Amino acid sequence: MSKPKILIAVLIIAIFATGMLIYEQQFLLKPVVMLATTTSTYDSGLLDYLMPKFETKHDTRVRIISAGTGQAMEIAQRGDCDLVLVHCRDLELGFVNGGHGIRRIGIMYNDFVIIGPMSDPAGIRGSSNATEAFAKIARGGGRGDAIFISRADKSGTHMLELSIWKRLGMDPSNKSWASWYLAAGAGMGAVLRMANEKGAYALTDRGTWLSFKSQLANMAVLVQGDKILLNPYAIILVNPERHPHRNYNGAIALAKFMISEEGQGLIANFTKGGERPFMPIARNLELAEALGFPNQRDELSWYDARPQ
Amino acid sequence: MESPFIEEVLSITLLSLRVSGLAVLIGALAGVPIGTILGFKRFRGKRTLMRLMDVALRSFVNTLMGLPPVVVGLVVYLLLSSSGPLGPLRLLYTPTAMILTQLIMVTPIIIGVTMSAVGGVEESIREKALSLGASNWQATWMVLREARMGLLTAIIVAFGAAISEVGGIMMAGGNIRWFTRTLTTAIVTEVELGNFALAISLGIILLTMAFAINLLLTIMQLRGVRG
Repeated sequence: MSKPKILIAVLIIAIFATGMLIYEQQFLLKPVVMLATTTSTYDSGLLDYLMPKFETKHDTRVRIISAGTGQAMEIAQRGDCDLVLVHCRDLELGFVNGGHGIRRIGIMYNDFVIIGPMSDPAGIRGSSNATEAFAKIARGGGRGDAIFISRADKSGTHMLELSIWKRLGMDPSNKSWASWYLAAGAGMGAVLRMANEKGAYALTDRGTWLSFKSQLANMAVLVQGDKILLNPYAIILVNPERHPHRNYNGAIALAKFMISEEGQGLIANFTKGGERPFMPIARNLELAEALGFPNQRDELSWYDARPQ
Repeated sequence: MESPFIEEVLSITLLSLRVSGLAVLIGALAGVPIGTILGFKRFRGKRTLMRLMDVALRSFVNTLMGLPPVVVGLVVYLLLSSSGPLGPLRLLYTPTAMILTQLIMVTPIIIGVTMSAVGGVEESIREKALSLGASNWQATWMVLREARMGLLTAIIVAFGAAISEVGGIMMAGGNIRWFTRTLTTAIVTEVELGNFALAISLGIILLTMAFAINLLLTIMQLRGVRG
């Protein structure tokens, strides 16, 4: 290579790089709403079904970060998204009380189920008491019959699981449990597949279970219907006073869409594996209040009063 | 297969190429000169202190060659986060953040391989060139010509590391559909969703692409040996 050839090469690289930068700018033309949400919501496909409708209506782009509830909250706390769609009451309230988020409103709910191998070595089938079922699984684990797989990723599902062990006065980090309590540190789908391979028990949201059911030949829903297994989802806006640069109005618009008659109807009609994984609650005040949104009425009228 | 699917796979593939390609290009522009300077034996003075410094510096570069991508991704995330020092640039969760992550990852690789390639060239070549009246630049150019095999190896290794990387770009890019989803992060997502067949197809695309690019680089390398 001679010197002119190098100059040409450098020139080509420079043109290439500039082109890339210009290409990048086109994404900045449309307003962007950044939503952090949980893997369980994202993996169900609900958002891929809802968001295009919002995007066309408002000529906005929605970017979705899918993470565990804990990580989604951390992202929001650092001001790296505009709003969150999450499901863990304690973390949500902590987030709002800490001044990081405002206007928490109930959107929808589904429920958790305990799944396990068809053979059900711990004998929990048919029970509608999740706490009792957990105690039986722990006894089975102690005997060496049962295995339990935990998300162990600070997700909403994991937090619920921990709260059930806590009710029993048990501590999963106990070293003597290591033989049967597997802390996977993985997403819901991965845990379901692990459970299927190992013939283990697991706690899962019904949406993910429905999406994976066809791949989990050895598994069945063994426990459902307990009140503590209800799984309400909330939207919280990132506090604009903490993070003034965030797209606060875009976040309000997206929240308004989710709680609108249209959005709630779309959620109710979303099907997965022949079933409807999410039930809307935003405009069902009684149900919302029962599911842990005591201010639903006020929040709803606040959102409804925002200009479109 | 409907066309939106193909459109999405195409955009994912192009993004992978764009991010890793640019990271390696910029990394080479910075890494080759630095590696050349480090590769010249100018630090090998007679004084023990100089020699110690030389060994320490080389070990440092070699350590950086093994940087865990996910740690780089975390550092880039913390730097670019709204609450981080570079937050006002608003680069988090963009392709630029992913390029930056891979750039930090591949530059030490390019420096390290260049360093050993240049170091492997007989010192006499440079001295001969200088004694024949070549300028310092011309003499360096002679050495780089001799080391060209190694330089291409640096690019190949760096590109291989970048295109197959997943942890770092996941953290810095956020794996956002239609925007920062690459072949590797798409594979992770599809595995998580249980779509193993699709994940394997994406893996085959990734391998095919890597093969095509390596074929090109290897042909360049072989022609370089003859020419």
